[in-house]
Amino acid sequence: MELFDVVFFVFAFITVASAFIVVFSRNIIYSAFSLLFTFFGVAGLYVLLQADFLAVTQILIYVGGILVLMLFGVMLTNRVINVELKTGTMNTIPALLLVAIVAGTLSGLFYTTWKGVAAPEATLTSTTKTLGSMLMTSYLLPFEIASVILLVALIGAAMFARRKSKA
Amino acid sequence: MEKFVSDLFTWLPHVGLTHFLIVSAVLFALGIYGIATRRNAIMVLMGVELVLNAANINFIAFSRYGGVNFDGQVAAIFVIILAAAEAAVALAIVLNIYNRFQTVNVDEVSALKE
Repeated sequence: MELFDVVFFVFAFITVASAFIVVFSRNIIYSAFSLLFTFFGVAGLYVLLQADFLAVTQILIYVGGILVLMLFGVMLTNRVINVELKTGTMNTIPALLLVAIVAGTLSGLFYTTWKGVAAPEATLTSTTKTLGSMLMTSYLLPFEIASVILLVALIGAAMFARRKSKA
Repeated sequence: MEKFVSDLFTWLPHVGLTHFLIVSAVLFALGIYGIATRRNAIMVLMGVELVLNAANINFIAFSRYGGVNFDGQVAAIFVIILAAAEAAVALAIVLNIYNRFQTVNVDEVSALKE
């Protein structure tokens, strides 16, 4: 095993273990904070896949944005008088069966189909410049549409979440 | 069977494309489990985020191992953008539901109005 393999297994363990805690923890605060470690682990996997820009984007947007938003949601929709914010579950057994089948099938498919694929040689360079020029040339239309969607979604969310004055 | 097991043990220590794909498959399955079983709407959203992250790992793994091109990474950027928009809108909806029904449990909020 080389260093690459060891680092991969460390990040994969962090990701999967904290995702388990997210899904199975009874306390919603624990779930939210272990989601943080899942996002960090995924960012580490991105670095191993030589996607440096995406790893930084992952940390900035998911950890800095989405996770904080989630925590706000948790705090605003529970009476935080008691510290223990339990959440219930439903349909646990059928869901567990279904999910085990899905995970097994997907893993088996991936394993048998792409087992021997070797990584093509790639020099380590920053991907930021390439991604930027791709967004401005061949992906210009999706880029513009995404920006309009983001604008519309954020204005809509602000309108929607505003406390209505009770007339 | 023995051949399969010995194959597995020679395959496991050498990290390749399949390792990343299997991590993403596990993450996807956990996300689906969270969406299906949790009653709290915010926990359902966390499950959705796990699923989106699993998809992103697949995009980037294939962009690295399927010849070096960056189309997969651009797709992953769009996924992240849409995830941010989705989280904002969904949390606004959840706040409105809470103001109206005093609960965010998805199985109790099945009517469009009170």
